[in-house]
Amino acid sequence: MRRRADFGAVSLHLTLGVLAAACLVLLILPTVVVIMVSFTSGFSLRFPPPGYSLRWYVGLVDAWQLQFAALNSLKVAAWTTFLSVVLGVAAALGIARSRQLSANVLDSLFMSPLILPGLAFGLAALIFFSVIGWPVSLLTLVIGHTIVCVPFVVRTTIAALAQLDPALAESSASLGASRWYTFRRVTLPLIGSGILAGAFLAFMSSFDNIPVSLFLRSAGTDMLPIRMWQDLESLLDVRIAAVSGVMIVATLGLMIIMERIAGLSRRLR
Amino acid sequence: MSARVVHNVGYDLKLALPLAGFFLIFFITPLILLIFISLHADPELKRFGFDQFRKFLIDPYSLKVLGQTLVIGAETTVLCLLLGYPLAWLFVRSPGWLRSVLILVILLPLLTSVVVRTFAWIVILGRLGIVNSALMTLGVINTPLRLLYSEGGLVFALAQVHMPLMVLPLITALSRLDPNLADASAALGAGAWRTFLRITMPLTLAGIIAGCLLTYCMSLTAFITQTLVGGGQMLLMPGYIYQQVAATQDWPFAAAISVIFLVAVLAAVTVFNLLGRLAQGVEHG
Repeated sequence: MRRRADFGAVSLHLTLGVLAAACLVLLILPTVVVIMVSFTSGFSLRFPPPGYSLRWYVGLVDAWQLQFAALNSLKVAAWTTFLSVVLGVAAALGIARSRQLSANVLDSLFMSPLILPGLAFGLAALIFFSVIGWPVSLLTLVIGHTIVCVPFVVRTTIAALAQLDPALAESSASLGASRWYTFRRVTLPLIGSGILAGAFLAFMSSFDNIPVSLFLRSAGTDMLPIRMWQDLESLLDVRIAAVSGVMIVATLGLMIIMERIAGLSRRLR
Repeated sequence: MSARVVHNVGYDLKLALPLAGFFLIFFITPLILLIFISLHADPELKRFGFDQFRKFLIDPYSLKVLGQTLVIGAETTVLCLLLGYPLAWLFVRSPGWLRSVLILVILLPLLTSVVVRTFAWIVILGRLGIVNSALMTLGVINTPLRLLYSEGGLVFALAQVHMPLMVLPLITALSRLDPNLADASAALGAGAWRTFLRITMPLTLAGIIAGCLLTYCMSLTAFITQTLVGGGQMLLMPGYIYQQVAATQDWPFAAAISVIFLVAVLAAVTVFNLLGRLAQGVEHG
């Protein structure tokens, strides 16, 4: 009896362990592959690379199209993050503690861009802007991106507010602090890291957005992920591997910083 | 008493008005406009009618695209669950230092650009990619297999891209699970497999459903991965919408496809939410 139970436990743990290991390989492999290929000395995406060199990273120095697109993406992501934080934090404060039905409805509304197909919204936004006569520009891009990125800020801010002890704000109020003073000196410092995590997610998501940018950009507002996507579809350019290498290292760096100062991983669950 | 407290420290719902206004103008109005455009019979937008929807629903090609999108999403979700559940299970049993490493491995793909992640799959599945090189070196095949632009390749790529969305809710569900329950089950003589299948899995059903909802919806709408790994032969709904706009400029039909796609995704969300409610009944009942 004891023996059979042990066999069951061993086989279960072995099965789960093997599957978990396969999952880890699946998660890690693509990143490792991109990094290795980006250092290739050859002209193709052959793996393993025939030799290693920095030539494709050096090639980025005068890849002006990619640099132009990257600059646009950074600009849009920065403005999108700013707008998302201003609108999102205010909205989160408004609906976090409210038990009214309208607060629930607004919450679902603000979260819906996360689930709905971005491409359908992108098309709808393009039709809308052409009807009201706004030409596509950085402004239309920022507006479209804010719709799909603000849910991250709303979500992390509401989660941070939910963990906040109401007694703190109450004591501040009963000691005579004004509402604005209480917000600035008590609430904001306590939910700050939640807002920061949301801002980070909004920034990354805007920087990476394609479905909305696809419809709202013009030749003058080329965006980095779209340039990369088009280069990959037409010619399998090895420079894209170098760009990817830069992006992976930057993402990893930002992620570790955010984990330290904002406890990123806790806020994603 | 409580009214006074709310008055003092609670924030007014009015603070949500700026974002609500922003959503009304730039989210709800465009979507209503999209539906309005889809109800036109001709590309010049002169005649009203359900012609575009009829065109989609009697066209075998369009229906195949919709069906293929829903099936590939389902296959991706199953693969994510099959590999993601064991990883979440391993995570909650790991010591603290290993958890920090694992969470990094799980989160990095989530935050890495989708183009970058998809690009990796082009290298892995390509003619000269890892899989083909390995199989040829081992002498299993003589000529490279066509893995890129195949359904299997696409499902694996989509699963990798969306795995974190499955694993994170599962980690939450598994870490909330009371370990005493599994011990009790074992003490009462249930084997490890029986305990896992009859206690652990059912009690984390809400997490499973939450993870499946996210991975399913995201794989349906993953335009970049679908077009780059799936290619032209594997046209799915997002690519179909884009094709209608970019190639044929048939706005009413593109709008109609978008509306049908939105409805399909909303239907999927509703089904998962209903399942989620049932699951909570199971957990508490």
